[in-house]
Amino acid sequence: MARPKKHKEIFAQGNEAVVEGALMAGCSFYGGYPITPSSEIMEIMANRLPLTKDGVFIQLEDEIASMGAVVGASLAGRKAMTATSGPGFSLKQENLGYACMAEAPLVLVNVMRGGPSTGLPTSPAQGDVQQARWGTHGDHPIIVLSASDVQECLEMTITAFNLAEKYRTPVILLLDEITAHTREKIKIPHPHEYEVVSRIVPTMPPEWYKPFEETVRGVAPMPPIGSGYRFHVTGLTHDVNGFPTSRPDEVVDHMERLHRKIDQFFYDIQIVEERQTEDAEVVVVAYGSVARSAEFAIQQAREAGVKAGLLKLKTLFPYPRRATEKILGQAKRLIVPEMNMGQMSREVKRVNCGRASVRTINRFDGQIITPSEILKVIMQG
Amino acid sequence: MTVTGNEIIHQYLRHNKKFPHVLCAGCGHGIVLGTLIRSVHQLQIPKDDVVIVAGIGCSGRLAVYVDFNTVHTTHGRALTFATGIKMANPKLNVICIMGDGDALSIGGNHMIHAARRNIGVTALVLNNNIYGMTGGQSSPATPAGSVSMTAPFGQLEKSFDTVELAKGAGANFVARGTVFHVRKLEKLMVTAIERPGFNMLEIITPCHTQFGRKNKYKTPVDMYKWLKSNAMDIERYNEIEEGKRGDKFPIGTFIERDQPGLEERYYKLKADLRKARKEG
Repeated sequence: MARPKKHKEIFAQGNEAVVEGALMAGCSFYGGYPITPSSEIMEIMANRLPLTKDGVFIQLEDEIASMGAVVGASLAGRKAMTATSGPGFSLKQENLGYACMAEAPLVLVNVMRGGPSTGLPTSPAQGDVQQARWGTHGDHPIIVLSASDVQECLEMTITAFNLAEKYRTPVILLLDEITAHTREKIKIPHPHEYEVVSRIVPTMPPEWYKPFEETVRGVAPMPPIGSGYRFHVTGLTHDVNGFPTSRPDEVVDHMERLHRKIDQFFYDIQIVEERQTEDAEVVVVAYGSVARSAEFAIQQAREAGVKAGLLKLKTLFPYPRRATEKILGQAKRLIVPEMNMGQMSREVKRVNCGRASVRTINRFDGQIITPSEILKVIMQG
Repeated sequence: MTVTGNEIIHQYLRHNKKFPHVLCAGCGHGIVLGTLIRSVHQLQIPKDDVVIVAGIGCSGRLAVYVDFNTVHTTHGRALTFATGIKMANPKLNVICIMGDGDALSIGGNHMIHAARRNIGVTALVLNNNIYGMTGGQSSPATPAGSVSMTAPFGQLEKSFDTVELAKGAGANFVARGTVFHVRKLEKLMVTAIERPGFNMLEIITPCHTQFGRKNKYKTPVDMYKWLKSNAMDIERYNEIEEGKRGDKFPIGTFIERDQPGLEERYYKLKADLRKARKEG
């Protein structure tokens, strides 16, 4: 019997792990514009993609152009990605909304830095959480993921590509500067250890094909441009054929389907990790690098005899309501530490409806939230 | 048997699209679309290989009517989408349809850089000197002195010279035509589509609804007459002394270079790198 091959291990920072994950997921197009603290993603892509079989790398003139190019590449059949940070994220929003409307799969990484405006360049923050949810105009669903360590950066990037392809939607991966720049040892999984999802291409004759039709999966198959399926793609509200429409019944159908394709697969999209929540009386809800501080804090609390647990959010939106509901039934107290003025605690409070007490810990001075800060609040009782 | 213009056009229109179109009677955009269809037909490019990427506004809507791969993008960003498409699949023939707002105002930066990197895209700039669909506000191409909704007392700013911009930024092929001089326009368009690299063709097309009506050209006929008497070949235009040119403007080919497009250079680099790697 063949012995299982040892994992390749590398010493990498979060940004490098994102690139590894992207390439493993089949990313073959990167269009971007550099901005700290995300620039390493672009630099490494510039080195790696030209050496892969069909990888394309291009540096565009600005953030808007890079988002446009990524949407274009996605329509042309590529698994496409771009990365940015706060101010660049704002610039990408219009074309991000276009991608939601045109149902173009892509991955957008935002390594958050302090804001608003130019803010605190290269200082850690988690201030773009609600921007990721509501940054572009109009009503639309979106998938927002996060990662709290370097290994997770790799894994969540693969997940981001998979969800994007499965649901024909842009997926945002939110990192903070600590996760992006921390260096640690990570394992590169073997190809059989992770799943790679690619978009389904149509098999019916072109004249039968309807690019924006409802299916049991919620989304229609998607052929690359130039493969014989000629159709119209637009940011305007469109009918099943892709042609602009303002007929109320068609508008309603379209909007409802956009939401339904995400809603009906909540179980697949909402990813959380629980630590010692079974008997927890106080639960810390955290994401990103703060979740690591929280994990350390709950261990210390347990040692001190307090029944503490952690709910780590890997999916931020759609908000993992079911996981929170479960905890709300048993825990008396919830603590939500985050590096902003309270963007995710809003969601927790919304679901809570007064069932438990919700305390927030907020830092927005460009500093890390330490385990002892969280521990202090846990112990306050 | 000779094939008439209509027969060619009908092969390329989307019969399942709900016509009529959005353009005003007398608009020049329809002539541009007809010319585009005839040019593609003349070059015998298969429909599947043609991608029309359009911006926003009246010109942006043209993409809906033709049976190619069509992408109607965000305002001013058509060239960025086109760049992504062309880099992702260099075999495609990518044609960008933009208005003067798209190409020169909101998308001015993209225009400069698309020309600079010489991406293999044909950029058709449909210049009607005004923002038509939004109701007749000034565009960068609105001539100084003319009246618009946002320049009720006359436009103070100088209008943009698209040709000079594209030339300066490094486009491979730069030309200008008008919808009055259709045969000439078709020749220019065929060349613009056929050539490698970034090719910019500015097309002067009248908007009598939003521009003409406020500026002494009340009917479409007035505007076409204006085009007829003011557009002239570059050679003839250059013969006139500078002070005596008045409203006249040159049409024809301004520059022809033969540099390979960015996608061509990129894929060559890739092949070289991979070959070097294999040979160790």
